[in-house]
Amino acid sequence: MTTHPHAAAISVPSPARSATPLSTRPEIRTHTEVPDVPDPVIECEDLSVYYGDFKAVTDVSLAFGHNEITALIGPSGCGKSTLLRCLNRMNDLVDSARVEGSVRYWGQDMYAPDADAIEVRRRIGMVYQKPNPFPKSIYDNIAYGPRVTGMKVDSMDDHVEQALRDAALWDEVKDKLKQNAYGLSGGQQQRLCIARTIAVSPDVILMDEPCSALDPVATLRIEELMLQLRADYTIVIVTHNMQQAARVADRTAFFTAGVNEITGDRTGVLVEYDKTSRIFGNPANSRTEDYISGRFG
Amino acid sequence: MMTDTRTPAAGSPLRSSLPPGDPRARSITRGKPHHGERVVKVALRLSAWLSIVITLGIAISLLVPALEFFAEVPVTEFLFGTRWAPTFADATFGVLPLVTATAWTTLIALAVAVPFGLGAAIYLAEYARPRVRKIIKPVLEVLAGIPTVVFGFFAINFVTPNVLQSLLGLNVSTFSVLAAGMVMGVMIIPTIASLSEDAMTAVPQAMRQGSAALAANRMQTSLRVVFPAALSGIIAAIVLGISRAIGETMIVAIAAGSRAQMVTDPTMEGSTMTGFIARAALGDSRVGSLEYNTLFAVGLLLFVLTMIVNMISVQIVRRFRQEY
Repeated sequence: MTTHPHAAAISVPSPARSATPLSTRPEIRTHTEVPDVPDPVIECEDLSVYYGDFKAVTDVSLAFGHNEITALIGPSGCGKSTLLRCLNRMNDLVDSARVEGSVRYWGQDMYAPDADAIEVRRRIGMVYQKPNPFPKSIYDNIAYGPRVTGMKVDSMDDHVEQALRDAALWDEVKDKLKQNAYGLSGGQQQRLCIARTIAVSPDVILMDEPCSALDPVATLRIEELMLQLRADYTIVIVTHNMQQAARVADRTAFFTAGVNEITGDRTGVLVEYDKTSRIFGNPANSRTEDYISGRFG
Repeated sequence: MMTDTRTPAAGSPLRSSLPPGDPRARSITRGKPHHGERVVKVALRLSAWLSIVITLGIAISLLVPALEFFAEVPVTEFLFGTRWAPTFADATFGVLPLVTATAWTTLIALAVAVPFGLGAAIYLAEYARPRVRKIIKPVLEVLAGIPTVVFGFFAINFVTPNVLQSLLGLNVSTFSVLAAGMVMGVMIIPTIASLSEDAMTAVPQAMRQGSAALAANRMQTSLRVVFPAALSGIIAAIVLGISRAIGETMIVAIAAGSRAQMVTDPTMEGSTMTGFIARAALGDSRVGSLEYNTLFAVGLLLFVLTMIVNMISVQIVRRFRQEY
């Protein structure tokens, strides 16, 4: 299965991965098996994110469990995507963005002066809302990450095949690897983007509303894929679709936007974080209850 | 038969002030004719055709005297002869000396303009902060607005004595295709930089984010994702640069020299096609004379060469185009 050529470069122990191929994995863990306290891969502590003077997210403390799927839900403008982009330092690309508090990956501060954003992104990949394959061949899309990161692979052909198999795309594209990725359907493009992310052998995959541009059938395939990938990867997903969160996530964090009475700015706050079964079954906070039952948001 | 008895459902928004029963309320026939629209359309169509008519006119006015020229001088002698002496007693019309001079100045100009132009474009599109870009881009475009005669004197008064002779210690005379080509390259930098930057800026931000999320650094993103995605626009920019270099007249007329000789070394002096035309077309050659027709033969060759460059570029762009 997935090998970790970079494992030696990481200063923290990389967890052992299952040796069974995904396709023959007997069954998916049910949500009830999730431990009460997550075994954290990424931990946010008092995390606040600013764009210039505007505070987009305030004081979020959250731990993302190892080989779990965590969903971030909440109304638009509550800072879910902003928070997600902090988890692999994609907000670095926005000049005005600034982060306070800490984000730790296996205990290491991601925003420490000696932390390298490139190294962070090698271990924490990201899939976007709109499929964004490069205007290259399917093969080159997958091989891009391993090439730019200087990954040592025995055979790039095998590596590309494995990534496409892991993303449940191989059978559909094996005869047209040299064709442009834009010839694929939207759902296939999104699975290609997931395969491309897997190809650099990350630890964590962040997904920013990965299904919102897809039809229900393609959405279902991505959800199935996420449940398969959970055996090997920690997944954090932002979604507007509460049914989706209920279907795939082990834990769910509910965010909402607090309005500053003086400036009128909307700042995201974490309302409640718990096992998905609790959030959707018996939430502790009345605002969560209102949101999931459709009374607001 | 349809009747007018149907009324909008209660609560439907009213679309006109006419009563619902009035047949005009549902009329879709043409109202008052819009003459202005027609005038605008004709004016726009004329502007579009004007450029085609003018191009054809130029081609014909070149072709007629050029054909008279080729009635006296065989095409093969013109194209493959290596001695250009149209005004000598034993006149010969081998155009290759002019072609070699043009080729040298163009290649030297590209050697200067492509690396610096693309470097500037990548910097502006991928690295520069918005504030820096706001300063650099207009300055670069001022460079494009400098009259070429100024560039010509810059070549002989500054580049040749200070850069080539003093700094590089080269043995060049006042006039050389090297100095002319280098200055021409500087002149073309803004064209290549500005158009390439536009092409790279047009590449969607999602591409850069996708690349960054795969742990690519900025240079890898620029060169492996943005640059190929913008390649067709970049090639178009370079081709425009080539066309300008081939057709540029004032710089070479001033700085490349006037001796028509086969240029084998860039430090030599040489007369380019445009340079020859500029010097020979001073009005002393009689209309219809062989000397007069010579100008048009050279002009036609220039026209054909530029067209070939453009056609090749269209093919290249088509081949390398990356759709996103």
